Amino acid sequence: MNVLSLQNVVKAYSNHIAVNDVSFDVKAGSIFGLLGPNGAGKTSLIRIITTITAADSGKIYLNGHPLNHLHPNEIGYMPEERGLYKKMKVGEQLLYLAQLKGLSNKDAKIKLRNWLEKFEILSWWDKKIGDLSKGMSQKVQFIATVVHDPSLIILDEPFSGLDPINANLIKDEIYQLKEKGASILFSTHRMEQVEEICEDIVLINKGKILLYGGVDKIKNDFKEHLFSVKYNGRLPETISDHNYLIVNKTANEIVFKAGVDQTSNDLLRNLINSHVNIVSFNEIMPSLNEIFIKIVESNNE
Amino acid sequence: MNKIWLVTQREYLTRVKNKTFILTTLLTPLGILVFMAAVVLVMSTGSDKAKVINVYDPTNLLENELKTRDNLTFNFSNESLEAQKELYKEKKINGILEIPALTDSLASKYVYKYHSDDQLAMDENFAIESAIGKKIRNYKLKKLNIDSNTLKNLDTDVSAEPITILADKKISSITTIVSSVLGGVVGYAMFFIILFYGMQVMRSVMEEKINRIVEVLISSLKPFELMMGKVIGVGLVGLTQIGIWLILMPLIYIIGAALFGINPDSMGAMNTGNLPMEDIAMTSQGKIGQIFLEVKAMNWWLILPLTLFYFLAGYFAYSALFAAIGSAVGEDINEANSLTLPVMMPLMFSMYIGISAVNAPDSSLAVWSSMIPLLSSIVMPVRLPFDPPWWQIAISVVSLVIFSIFLVWLAARIYRVGILMYGKKASFKELSKWIFYKG
Repeated sequence: MNVLSLQNVVKAYSNHIAVNDVSFDVKAGSIFGLLGPNGAGKTSLIRIITTITAADSGKIYLNGHPLNHLHPNEIGYMPEERGLYKKMKVGEQLLYLAQLKGLSNKDAKIKLRNWLEKFEILSWWDKKIGDLSKGMSQKVQFIATVVHDPSLIILDEPFSGLDPINANLIKDEIYQLKEKGASILFSTHRMEQVEEICEDIVLINKGKILLYGGVDKIKNDFKEHLFSVKYNGRLPETISDHNYLIVNKTANEIVFKAGVDQTSNDLLRNLINSHVNIVSFNEIMPSLNEIFIKIVESNNE
Repeated sequence: MNKIWLVTQREYLTRVKNKTFILTTLLTPLGILVFMAAVVLVMSTGSDKAKVINVYDPTNLLENELKTRDNLTFNFSNESLEAQKELYKEKKINGILEIPALTDSLASKYVYKYHSDDQLAMDENFAIESAIGKKIRNYKLKKLNIDSNTLKNLDTDVSAEPITILADKKISSITTIVSSVLGGVVGYAMFFIILFYGMQVMRSVMEEKINRIVEVLISSLKPFELMMGKVIGVGLVGLTQIGIWLILMPLIYIIGAALFGINPDSMGAMNTGNLPMEDIAMTSQGKIGQIFLEVKAMNWWLILPLTLFYFLAGYFAYSALFAAIGSAVGEDINEANSLTLPVMMPLMFSMYIGISAVNAPDSSLAVWSSMIPLLSSIVMPVRLPFDPPWWQIAISVVSLVIFSIFLVWLAARIYRVGILMYGKKASFKELSKWIFYKG
């Protein structure tokens, strides 16, 4: 079951095509990464999903239904450029935003109370946003995004400007929301976060999809069959006789590149037979960052 | 609709609860009252110290009689001027009024002398001049053998009596005055209120755009709902403020009058200056009574709802335009100036036409512009007390409604694109492109 499904979505502005034939699915209860360099069309895409703008063509389904004017109540959106009314009190502001998402005043109060208690900031209810620090107001913004229990939560660079403690707090919340069944669409260009959190990703550049799929599968597709071996003592001279290309060699680590028909077991067996004192053995997987840079650069050429 | 109402509520409550709003709303009528009281006080007291002035009148021109006001005491004395100057030196008197003989009984000029190192206050001067003038006038009348009644018969009070030919109603010259004052006040008030609250809408839009909350908001509701909620909310704040003033003004006036013993009539008396008191009483009381009758006779059941209609229609059209402008500017409020100009122009234009319409409510300029949408929202309310023909009102109302809806629609088209555009402010060319953007 897909929470969100995009089929051949196109959005053109007068001077460029922001979204060019984009299709992908976000599985229910998953964390999905929407990646791309600045200006790739991420914000345009998000604005289409949040019904802020309409697509020129293509189909979008939310929970199986074509996107309609009631759907904003099922979506929680935290834009990259955060903003709250500086002169309004935390409680009033959250209450207003929650009611705009269709909650009744009574329900909104109960839910907000729970959230504020959870973040241990209930005492801020009567504080003005302008008096809070940036990190503090980000917590308020996060609560505003999720208070109405949306089935799809769209977070645009949610960790930017957060200290590690608050970033972890938000990260934990994201996991908990996922456990409860919400899906998270996570837009960023910080790959280490994506690698850590996301199950599936879509990489777009210049409005087009370059890459789409599970994080593990993508990494597997892009791996270069490199193996790193850490060892103790001396390396026998005979090691270079094996049919493996030695990519790198340092005092106690050696990196091999395996051939097409060679497996890690073959390599390991050879090493053992050569009496190498192995400390660790692992395949070097490409980081998403490397894949990202490689693909985007080749696409830009 | 529900979401418009939520926005309206927020706009209204945050403004009404704001300390500055509460203070200005409560203090403005008080301030006006204090100002008026101060003016009355300054004008009515003049010189506060009691003065004793000797009058040296050897020819008895004043017949031992000179009465001006309470704090001026006149002593008639036939001692020589030199002797009286000694009194001045001993500070027993404040000055000596020397009344020279009237050599030529028909002289059109007469000069009296005031001996003192201190000058007389302006109002004291006026009072003495008019008292002496009156005496000389009586003296001349006697000399010329003219009975004062005969003289009165010479004066003719000329005034026009307007009589309608087809319409069945009574009008008087005072009707015109009352209508003019009413029309003028309404015209000015409409101009300032529309401008002031329109600007508030613009600032509110800019605030949301600058602090970027707008993106969160329009992921929850349509830009049109946000804009309308804002316009309605600010409009209600305006109505609240005006309502409070309409209640507070007379209330504070009555309380103030009771507390400080300010006589409301003294305001009126001020203007008439040195006219004899009886005359003022005669004319003003008669006129005030007549004015009240005229005000009562106005067709309030037509004027009030229509004025409210023109205010609302004008406010909606203009403030929607201001909202569109607010959405098109960047961070800097100064950038807004060049964009507000085209909106300000019809507003100011219609105010000036409104002012001229007070004098000539049936001039073709006034008639036409009271039927042209946008201009009509100020010009027609000015003309309403003058009883314009119903078909003009009908055309004006219908065209204003249609055009206001069109402008709100147009503004919403610009607004929905503008609030998501960051960077430098948009040009008019871009604005016109935005209108035709789809989705």
